[in-house]
Amino acid sequence: MTPTEFEFLKKFLKTRSGLVLSNDKQYLVESRLLPVARTAKLETLSALVQSLQRGGNRSMEENVVEAMTTNESFFFRDKTPFEHFKDTMLPHLLESRARTRAIKVWCAACSTGQEPYSLSIVLKEEAARVAGWRIRILGTDLSNEVLDKAKAGIYSQFEVQRGLPIQLLLKYFEQKGDVWQINPGLRAMVEWRKLNLLESFSHLGEFDIVFCRNVLIYFDQPTKTEILDRLAKSLPEDGYLVLGAAETVVGLTEAFKPVPGKRGLFQKKQVANTTTRPVPARMVAGAGLTR
Amino acid sequence: MKQCLVVDDSSVIRKVARRILEDLNFEITEAEDGQQALDVCRQTMPDAILLDWNMPVMDGLEFLTSLRGEAGGEKPVVVFCTTENDVAHIARAIRAGANEYIMKPFDREIVEAKFQEVGLI
Ligand SMILES: C[S@@+](CC[C@H](N)C(=O)[O-])C[C@H]1O[C@@H](n2cnc3c(N)ncnc32)[C@H](O)[C@@H]1O
Repeated sequence: MTPTEFEFLKKFLKTRSGLVLSNDKQYLVESRLLPVARTAKLETLSALVQSLQRGGNRSMEENVVEAMTTNESFFFRDKTPFEHFKDTMLPHLLESRARTRAIKVWCAACSTGQEPYSLSIVLKEEAARVAGWRIRILGTDLSNEVLDKAKAGIYSQFEVQRGLPIQLLLKYFEQKGDVWQINPGLRAMVEWRKLNLLESFSHLGEFDIVFCRNVLIYFDQPTKTEILDRLAKSLPEDGYLVLGAAETVVGLTEAFKPVPGKRGLFQKKQVANTTTRPVPARMVAGAGLTR
Repeated sequence: MKQCLVVDDSSVIRKVARRILEDLNFEITEAEDGQQALDVCRQTMPDAILLDWNMPVMDGLEFLTSLRGEAGGEKPVVVFCTTENDVAHIARAIRAGANEYIMKPFDREIVEAKFQEVGLI
């Protein structure tokens, strides 16, 4: 691959998915994109680049973008966000949303599904507290491949042993030969959609909680800021944003501030008195997901 | 330093487990079967036990049952580590008093995740 070709790929990926590649990542690009070239019956990366430059091959373009994503995820990753969900966010929302009895959660960049499923497990464990509530979880990602896996809810023995306590594995999964599948009841709690965070997501409506973890790290600062500012518009004043362990809003946007003492948890700058928030507006916004 | 007893009839597995657990700051003792493990525990109860299932002389489940009946035997956190990976075996182990369960093959990440799960690290 020539330097010009590498430059082209860098720009292509930056535009399509936001991914920022440093110059020392040429080896990574080669090892991830050669299989894509082979699938498209192309011999070399140069041929792949030429084909991308000519344009018109949508599925190959998508394959290139997907092949460059990092999809690592595991159940209850970093633990604390799920404790915050159970002990901080849920109690607050169960009180402030008592009139509508509806809560919407969005896992933006959910990869293979461990994050939304961890939330659905928490909700099952807390079934008594949320009885009679309509709690919906939406999982989105840029990549079709990870969404297919997420939908199936099938995980290897290795995957179910990272972060998932054995009791929860027995309780919520069914063993199928070498693999484990999460129970239909939990699968039904999550809706899946393909979504590129670079594109508009206002059509998804308003959410009470957005998990956006370990994806902004791949983007440059203006892109992070732009996405965070749009996420702020998808949340009511007292909604929650959850970022990954290595991520923050500090220095990126004024739209969110860290919740004191809760690592990874953020709220909009002006936290309104939740009881004075006009309920009808929220009911309208909350209905968006079903359409 | 926390003490961990590694019980497995395979010296290779004991060595691999020892290396991982020493990196996690555990002091390791080893036993080749359940009976040896019980003898070790009667001398000093470790903080943690990594326990194989199928072993000669006394298997892991028998050991666990005896251990939980001993004075002070409720103290060690027991993590099974076995090729028995079906629901029936796992459920039996939990009922007998196991705190966590690793299905072989395992690696550093799994051991670390499971030991975190039970609050050992
Ligand atoms: C490391 S995973 C994070 C999974 C999960 N949130 C977690 O923290 O474990 C990052 C995911 O972001 C997705 N992704 C990358 N760029 C994206 C974009 N522009 N829009 C939506 N998703 C994107 C990738 O496909 C990948 O599945």
